[in-house]
Amino acid sequence: MTLDQRTDYIQSLRSGLATVVYPIQYLVNLPREFADWGSDTFSSRRELQEQNQQLRTQNQLLQAQVQKMTFIESENRHLRELLKSSKRSSERVLIGELLSVDLDPFRKQVVINKGSSDEKLYVGQPIVDAYGVMGKLVHVYKYNSTAMLITDPNHALPVQVIRNGLRAIAVGHGSDGLLELPHLPNNADIQVGDLLVTSGLGCVFPVGYPAARVVEVNTNPSLPFARVLAEPIARLDRSREVLLVWPTDESLPDMSRPCDFTAEEIQ
Amino acid sequence: MSLHDHHGGWVIALSFVLALALSIVPLPDNLEFFRPEWVALTLIYWCLALPARVGVGVGWFMGLLLDVSRDALLGQHALALALIAFLTLHLHQRMRVFPIWQQAAGIFVLIALECLITLWVKGLIGESASLWKLFATATTSMLAWPLVFLTLRHARRSYQVN
Repeated sequence: MTLDQRTDYIQSLRSGLATVVYPIQYLVNLPREFADWGSDTFSSRRELQEQNQQLRTQNQLLQAQVQKMTFIESENRHLRELLKSSKRSSERVLIGELLSVDLDPFRKQVVINKGSSDEKLYVGQPIVDAYGVMGKLVHVYKYNSTAMLITDPNHALPVQVIRNGLRAIAVGHGSDGLLELPHLPNNADIQVGDLLVTSGLGCVFPVGYPAARVVEVNTNPSLPFARVLAEPIARLDRSREVLLVWPTDESLPDMSRPCDFTAEEIQ
Repeated sequence: MSLHDHHGGWVIALSFVLALALSIVPLPDNLEFFRPEWVALTLIYWCLALPARVGVGVGWFMGLLLDVSRDALLGQHALALALIAFLTLHLHQRMRVFPIWQQAAGIFVLIALECLITLWVKGLIGESASLWKLFATATTSMLAWPLVFLTLRHARRSYQVN
């Protein structure tokens, strides 16, 4: 039975049981939902006005950026046509919500309230939040699914340094919520503060989502490799809403548009 | 659960549902480490109180549910809980007459055994786990035992579960 887990044979049993367990998870999540609802309902007029003002300013800022984006995008398309390279199309996304449910403390996993009854989700599907890559789905059930975060020790994410295109693999570091970049030589051009984005190699994650920022580079000449640690950009422990992404099958794009998620679904 | 000459199967079911819920209620990271094994405690209580109704089968099934709700490897808690149920059934006549603190000592051993099995399975599949977690869980479970015992005994008596 335990060995069966290595294969997919008992996946149906698993999802059957998951459907039984889902009401319990839902129940556990209720107080949180209730608190959210309460704070929404009972917030004062002044607070709402302030928030409204803030959002309006932010919206204006973002729109100003988008103006430039449309220009850059068309220019990019133009250049790509000139170069006769493949066009990129934007990915389709779906918004899901995290259930506040605890799983095994030694693994970094979360439960999402979207399952195969909502959309055609698949195992390995990337999830991101408003800031960066969060992880990918490992189990898809009927009403919910579980995802492994990029900080899980079993997770590895192909990344590249945005400054110079240096490719690396970011492996989860477990409990301290950091990522480690193993097998980088001591003379690799990487500095503290470098932004790492997904490189799209491995064909699981789409290209260009921000993943992490380097926080520590430790070069010890007596060791064969540098010790590089990075901090995820996604708010892994604070985000409530996540985006499930369907990467496009076309050949790897250069940059995606991480700020393009205002609509619930983008085709 | 058959209801021919038994009463109150729903109390047992409800207690297990509550135990499952308690074992996935979000806790702060450092408290998470000390979460008692609620499902195992509930299972041990019912095995002690009603050995004819709750046994290895129920333990195994609850273990499967626990596996799915914690997204663990399917069968790791099932194996551990089935073994605990077996041991408790084996020892129930002796454990019943113990005073509650002495029972708690037995619980420590049982829960430690459960954690050891899950630890072992995790080790086999290459997941990280720590031995400290075993002692932390066993200790808090031991401390939680009087609470579980008294609550469930009260429930059993007032709803006449047998």
